[in-house]
Amino acid sequence: MAQSEPRTLFEKIWEAHLVSAETEETPAVLYVDLHLVHEVTSPQAFAVLRERGLKVRRPERTVATMDHSTPTTPGRFVVEDAQCAAQLAELQANCSEHGIELHALGSEQQGIVHVIGPEMGLTQPGMTIVCGDSHTSTHGAFGAFAFGIGTSEVAHVLATQCLLQRRPRTLEVRVEGRLRPGVSAKDLILAVIARLGMAGGAGHVIEYSGPAIRALSMEERMTVCNMSIEAGARAGLIGPDDATFQYLAGRPRAPRAEAWEEALALWRTLTSDPGARYDRSLTIDAAALEPTVTFGTNPSMSAPVVGAVPDPQSLQEPASRAALERALEYMGLRPGQRLLGHPIEVVFIGSCTNSRLEDLRAAASLLRGRKVAPRVRVLVVPGSRQVKRAAEQEGLDQVFREAGAEWREPGCSMCIAMNGDQLRPGQAAVSTSNRNFEGRQGPGGRTFLASPLTAAAAAIKGAIADPRELLR
Amino acid sequence: MEPFKTLESRTVVVARPDIDTDQIIPARFLKGTTRTGLGKHLFAGWPDFPRDEGARVLVAGPNFGCGSSREHAAWALVDYGFRAVVSSSIADIFRANALKNGLLPVAVDEAMHRRLVARPGARVIIDLAQRTLEFEGARVTFAIDPFARRCLLDGTDELGFLLAQQNAIAAHEKERAC
Ligand code: SF4
Repeated sequence: MAQSEPRTLFEKIWEAHLVSAETEETPAVLYVDLHLVHEVTSPQAFAVLRERGLKVRRPERTVATMDHSTPTTPGRFVVEDAQCAAQLAELQANCSEHGIELHALGSEQQGIVHVIGPEMGLTQPGMTIVCGDSHTSTHGAFGAFAFGIGTSEVAHVLATQCLLQRRPRTLEVRVEGRLRPGVSAKDLILAVIARLGMAGGAGHVIEYSGPAIRALSMEERMTVCNMSIEAGARAGLIGPDDATFQYLAGRPRAPRAEAWEEALALWRTLTSDPGARYDRSLTIDAAALEPTVTFGTNPSMSAPVVGAVPDPQSLQEPASRAALERALEYMGLRPGQRLLGHPIEVVFIGSCTNSRLEDLRAAASLLRGRKVAPRVRVLVVPGSRQVKRAAEQEGLDQVFREAGAEWREPGCSMCIAMNGDQLRPGQAAVSTSNRNFEGRQGPGGRTFLASPLTAAAAAIKGAIADPRELLR
Repeated sequence: MEPFKTLESRTVVVARPDIDTDQIIPARFLKGTTRTGLGKHLFAGWPDFPRDEGARVLVAGPNFGCGSSREHAAWALVDYGFRAVVSSSIADIFRANALKNGLLPVAVDEAMHRRLVARPGARVIIDLAQRTLEFEGARVTFAIDPFARRCLLDGTDELGFLLAQQNAIAAHEKERAC
């Protein structure tokens, strides 16, 4: 019987949420504990409920926010784009019709969906969490099985609190050693994605383990889990430990008093048992990693900042060679060119990958007492109003402003360029976000993904730079 | 949804690997609140996309549909006129989204994939009941989740199936006190 066999963390969560197990003919019916909703991927789902005369089954397990298309202009909460305004109004109407908690533009808890869930203590170990958003994998940092779904599935969860799912396979990414100074969680996950490739995690849930992962803060773990999807994985997962429990203790939506003790007892069982088997495994040495930057048009195309742009001629496979050639042409890079010193015009510090307090502290640590290079535009976009407030209490906003950066209102902003914050064609940007796809930050924009430290260094130098040179 | 039985069509080929959903439908077209009208923005950032309004089958490079979970990618492909996407591999979330919109994701072996990529505009016949794709006299079988296949063949959707599970769902909620 399964109980006596060692199980992985993923298997434990999966089995606890089965309404019915899968068979050859039908997928499993999986119960969803927490459903997060935002304006872009939900209107058509609510429309399905309307067409079929259905209600939201568990409105109290559903939480909505406005993030993707909201303006980040300092001090202004006016949506000028008529289409965005209509979409936001529709979310508001849908939430009030169905009794769903909404953190609307300008409200105290508003922010990027994957920032506010953990911040409020909604995200908890052992949960199943879904959202019509691929970076839902972020919440896996708490030992939750969290994954992105499409809009039809958003309707399924609204109506039934369940999803039809085939059980994914498991992939352990074990990270040995320790990250060296100047090397961050972002560099680690970029290295993992480079190793796995864009489809290397397909059909799998990645569990990150090993001493380097244990040494990460919760915010760093979120950065790692966030980008699991960039390797094609269904979800990323880290077993909860004392760091997890400390983070959650006292958060507004975390259990309290007796309920906290009960939850804690359960959460402590949520680790992969010794001897539990994964379908695949991969080991990475954290000590060998360096500050990393992407040079291409997908997140797997990365290299150490001190490295060079690869030569397509070195690739055997014609399709990969053609893809790299096209990527370099789009990015305006030459094969063999050194990355250090490549000029950039914009720096974006934000997104659900790197917009939390520690990210802002890291960027500010380099910008303090320094100036942004002439003609470089730097946008600092906190992930939520709470992050913004906490950063302001520490005076980080001052640091950014004095350095010559823009301190903006929370939202997805230039990560997805739906709200007017975007690159112009041909502009090069170092971004702490998660996707460097063609046009992602604006048509023709050229994105170099990097950590907050590397982004801050680039802001100062006006070019791709090694943050270790600026660390005191 | 219209039942999906067989499909005979010429192909459109985009051979690049890792075509992400931001390419299929850029984010600036996600501001609407309906599923319709997205076909005209399909591959909006690609002036070299080989537009062929009559083609029903898109042949694409490996890992098609990676990236964002936006179902708009499937809606845009369907609105444009595609009924099947053929590749050597298809990203997980996109595959799930496609299946819910009557867009058949077909993963073929690499040899067949290479042949299809080399012949844009060629005719293919896809038979869902048999799970076969036929091209220039060769026929390959493709894998598809039996449940998704049933739904496509019958033209039904998953929501109906889930709604029929209300009792089991309620029992689960009771048992786990959730
Ligand atoms: S910050 Fe970017 S990746 Fe994250 S939810 Fe917003 S748009 Fe998506």
